[in-house]
Amino acid sequence: MAVEKFTVMTSVAAPLLRQNIDTDVIIRVERLVALPPDQLGPYAFESLRFRADGTEDPDFVLNKPDYREAGIILAGDNFGCGSSREHAVWALWGRGVRAVIAPSFGDIFFSNCFQNGMLPIALPIETIREIADEVEASPGNARVTIDLPKSEIISPTGRRIPFSMDPTRQTQLLAGLDEIGITLLREPEIAAFQARDRNNRPWIYQP
Amino acid sequence: MSAKTLLDKLWDDHVVADLGNNFSLLHIDRHLIHDLGGPRGLRETEKAGRRVRNPDLSFAFPDHSVPSTPGRALDGGTYASDLRVQVSRAGIKLFDLGQPGQGIVHVTGPELGITLPGVTLVCGDSHTCTHGGMGALAFGIGWNELCHVLATQTLVQQRPKRLRVTFDGVPAQGIQAKDFILYLIGQIGAAAGTGYAVEYAGSAIRALPVEGRLTMCNLSIELGAKAGMVAPDDVTYEYLADRPYAPKGAMWDRALAHWRTLHSDAGTTFDREVHIDVAKIRPQITWGTSPQDVIGVDEMVPDPDTVSDPGRRNAMRAALTYMGLEPGKPIEGTPVDWVFIGSCTNSRLSDLQSAAAVAKGRKVAPGVKAWVVPGSENVKRAAEAEGLDRVFLDAGFEWREASCSLCVGANGEMVSPGQRSVSTSNRNFVGRQGPGARTHLASPAMAAAAALSGAIADLRKLGN
Ligand code: SF4
Repeated sequence: MAVEKFTVMTSVAAPLLRQNIDTDVIIRVERLVALPPDQLGPYAFESLRFRADGTEDPDFVLNKPDYREAGIILAGDNFGCGSSREHAVWALWGRGVRAVIAPSFGDIFFSNCFQNGMLPIALPIETIREIADEVEASPGNARVTIDLPKSEIISPTGRRIPFSMDPTRQTQLLAGLDEIGITLLREPEIAAFQARDRNNRPWIYQP
Repeated sequence: MSAKTLLDKLWDDHVVADLGNNFSLLHIDRHLIHDLGGPRGLRETEKAGRRVRNPDLSFAFPDHSVPSTPGRALDGGTYASDLRVQVSRAGIKLFDLGQPGQGIVHVTGPELGITLPGVTLVCGDSHTCTHGGMGALAFGIGWNELCHVLATQTLVQQRPKRLRVTFDGVPAQGIQAKDFILYLIGQIGAAAGTGYAVEYAGSAIRALPVEGRLTMCNLSIELGAKAGMVAPDDVTYEYLADRPYAPKGAMWDRALAHWRTLHSDAGTTFDREVHIDVAKIRPQITWGTSPQDVIGVDEMVPDPDTVSDPGRRNAMRAALTYMGLEPGKPIEGTPVDWVFIGSCTNSRLSDLQSAAAVAKGRKVAPGVKAWVVPGSENVKRAAEAEGLDRVFLDAGFEWREASCSLCVGANGEMVSPGQRSVSTSNRNFVGRQGPGARTHLASPAMAAAAALSGAIADLRKLGN
């Protein structure tokens, strides 16, 4: 269960500044039921990318030639809300997305990102809009850099935008840590907790 | 001892190790497993050479992928079969199809007494927050976290902030727990709870039966909150006594003494407080594609042009186009094709009773497909013992088997593209009930009223 490290990336950033993009929209349930996790990429954002007749919607940002290869998504409030499906992260990953910048995230999606080496960055919507404006001013050429060790974003015009990240999460991404492996090293503490707890709350252990 | 909130009491009881930066290694008392994420988690755990640390603290239920077809085969399909194999290898208790106890995890946990006040409870499903209605610290987790729980019976978690929502006042006739929570989300927004655990308090919450509290907590995730909770009280204990997995005898007394300490102390402070007067709440119905897109049934579909924030305006426009609704028009009277009474939000006995009370002696409007899908085998049997199945069948509803069914579309049951559904579930997302399906969320009584009227209807006008 190795996790890819995240350090510095430079990529096209796609502006998708709609609020409340939920994980059902990121990956449809029929796909995750039918396909293994590493084959979900082509179906990311399916319900936004295709029209009812099955043809691509040319107006959807990820269908535009300049943004098809975007490795960064600039999003609106509450990105990844809804279902706990980690497939949402896997589908984005399968499309080559490695970071999402949004004012806020669905809580479970946010945690799921760190389990998979994906970087979710929270910034005020005004800041995200400024980056999006710079991107849209020269689509096709604009690149955004994310430097995790320095906790900063370099905008297409070279502005440096700091972001804050919980140090625990930052270390986890930088080192590509497998959380389960680390917790297993704490087995003596877990056993001690349960031994104490079996005395205090015996009903928990006799279901 | 200093004054503590309910969240902090629950949290502190479960800290195995303090990891710094507000992170803790938390002990997990109850792990519920369903057919979609569970089998793969168990398989990968074994592949990684890890054992399931405490199989006796996990409980498995096939629900998401199994069809709700009346008289369905007990095999349940690929995912259910895989679940059966994997849990038996790991030594985890399974409540299989056709057995009492099978059903949607968030209905069965409380019903069986597996969910108890004061426990930490997780499941690889975002609506795990439902169980907070019993006074548990319960939240949904992703797949890697699910594997983490299997291998270690713990999780690395960051303590959420504290939000208290106090509901006071007396609700009008016909207003249900579902209306309370939809109204709240409409008032403060679908992202308002991000980073918080919510405690629902106040006289109107105390007056709710446990099943209503579970409905409220179920939608905490639609508020963006990690968890929702209601402090346990006599209503909780009465509900819980004699449930199969609840403690018994002297053990019950010991547990009860502990449970009685689980409430926010006077003088505790919350990071945010919200107050709601329930007397103001009208029957709620969603008009858009986020649960925050909600209005009273007698209100007009809102107009994006009156909204100044461009992000919000875009979201509203996209939602109205998807939903095929015009701003400024009444929502009441919008014709519907489907009605779904079910899901972990509203498929418990009291939900079916309230829908049946509306449906009794009436007929589903021609052309409307109306499904009632009980949340568990036990709910189904209890409803049949009261004759609710007859009430629904006589009115022209379908009476089906316990499953997530039309809530999620993982089981082949879907609303057709472009068709409009009034649903008692919790998500009106784009494509949630099937590609192109248009979902309106409402209470069971409102859903029944829509089925009978063939349109979004104000249940207060149906009379008795
Ligand atoms: S009923 Fe719907 S929301 Fe509830 S657990 Fe099943 S799929 Fe999830």
